[in-house]
Amino acid sequence: MTDRPLVHAVNVTKSFHHNEVLKGIDLDVEAGQVVCLLGPSGSGKTTFLRCINQLETIDGGRIWVDGDLMGYAERGDKLYRLKDKEIAAQRREIGMVFQRFNLFPHMTAIDNVIEAPVQVKGESKKVARERAQALLDRVGLGDRTAAYPAQLSGGQQQRVAIARALAMQPKLMLFDEPTSALDPELVGEVLAVMRELADDGTTMIVVTHEMSFAREVADTVVFMDAGVVVEAGPPADVIGNPQHQRTKSFLSRLRSEHS
Amino acid sequence: MTSPADTVVRKGLSPRKRAQRSRLIQYAILIALVLFALFSANWGQIGSVFFKPEFIKATFQDGVLQALVKTVEYTAGAFVIGLAGGTLLALMRLSSVGPYRWIATAYIEFFRGLPAIVVFIAFSLLPLAFEGMTIPFDPYGVVWLALGIVASAYMAEVIRAGIQAVPKGQIEAARSLGMSPGLALRKIVLPQAFRIVLAPLTNDLILLVKDSSLVFIIGVAATGYELTGFGRDLANTYSNLTPIVVCGFCYLIITLPLGILVRRLEARAEKSR
Repeated sequence: MTDRPLVHAVNVTKSFHHNEVLKGIDLDVEAGQVVCLLGPSGSGKTTFLRCINQLETIDGGRIWVDGDLMGYAERGDKLYRLKDKEIAAQRREIGMVFQRFNLFPHMTAIDNVIEAPVQVKGESKKVARERAQALLDRVGLGDRTAAYPAQLSGGQQQRVAIARALAMQPKLMLFDEPTSALDPELVGEVLAVMRELADDGTTMIVVTHEMSFAREVADTVVFMDAGVVVEAGPPADVIGNPQHQRTKSFLSRLRSEHS
Repeated sequence: MTSPADTVVRKGLSPRKRAQRSRLIQYAILIALVLFALFSANWGQIGSVFFKPEFIKATFQDGVLQALVKTVEYTAGAFVIGLAGGTLLALMRLSSVGPYRWIATAYIEFFRGLPAIVVFIAFSLLPLAFEGMTIPFDPYGVVWLALGIVASAYMAEVIRAGIQAVPKGQIEAARSLGMSPGLALRKIVLPQAFRIVLAPLTNDLILLVKDSSLVFIIGVAATGYELTGFGRDLANTYSNLTPIVVCGFCYLIITLPLGILVRRLEARAEKSR
């Protein structure tokens, strides 16, 4: 089983009130890969991302991250829902960056970053602080460690949020439309940090509408629509030469919006 | 009876003019009332009943400041109990376990609906009903418990609203970092919830200061008198209301700064929104 991909999702289904938003998603992500999920809003890409770290429970199918079955224990041929604490332990391995940053407003930037390592992993404050400083340096905010989220721009907040997720030294990073809530002039600084992470070999799954990022950074692009994967492959194929009508019309709509 | 021409004239009175006239009438009423009060009241008698200097002095000599301290002590302890109990009740009300919710709801509705004085009467009768029963830290234990039981019911609803006002994304962020539900609650949700309800909680504290006046119903020893009990006792002794007035002003010493604090907190909350 050692050759299994880092993320291995099989036939994932999910409904909200009889509305089936995921209709059997399969996805493999190798360690070190960057996968971009594209698709129109309501296609289920964000829901799928949230299923990976169990912010949503799945109705059917299975998701493994680094060999761990997410959210469940398998005994015989039955699945048992894990306890909250066990799910929390699984989530430590997976960093997540949200559209609306979700920094803790009552803590400074550096306290946001050290909170989980100290409280969850039991690291000493000193060690956590040193690493947090290094991470904030890395996202270009080494001089704003004492600032509260309200004192930071959206782009700065999102970069702190990335540092916060990285502080747990996760095996996998999930990005849920990380630049969608930003003013256009602040998008670049966040994407630059993400590019750097990708270059360093971080395994990333990114829900995004930033085509140039997907084209230049992603190893695999997955186009989703109406709860299914329409097509997946290298960006040159999916974005450069889409095979399906739904992909083509989505991309052309996106292009006309951006020009 | 109004002719068309008349209505035109009425309409012609500009809103500004109309407001001016209304203000004028209001001032006239005020001045009339003040003049009436000035000439009709017996100021000499009012002064000697409510503000007699020698009794003001006596009230201070007899220890009004001690009573003020007692009021603060009673209130502070009750606030702590109310805060702890209120937080517990708020969490119970938000629990996914039905019976917890029911118990908390029943408690809150019961003690919010009850006049606080009824609770105090009940506590005053407890030693009679349960012979030999003592509540520790006499007299503080009884007072804190009686006040705290009622206060926790009020504060529970305020704290619950605060918890629910914390954005869901905060909990998701905490969970995504591997925090257990309990840890996320302690480190992320509750600190933000208390910030949100700081102003309404301070309001509850002001109410609590005033409710502490009910302590005299329990029947504490003279050394345990708070402001109301102290003032009443002294007013009885002197057959004069001055001590009560002095005690009344002492309440303001506590509540006015708290009121200002509430307004500051509200302004700050408004700004950060």
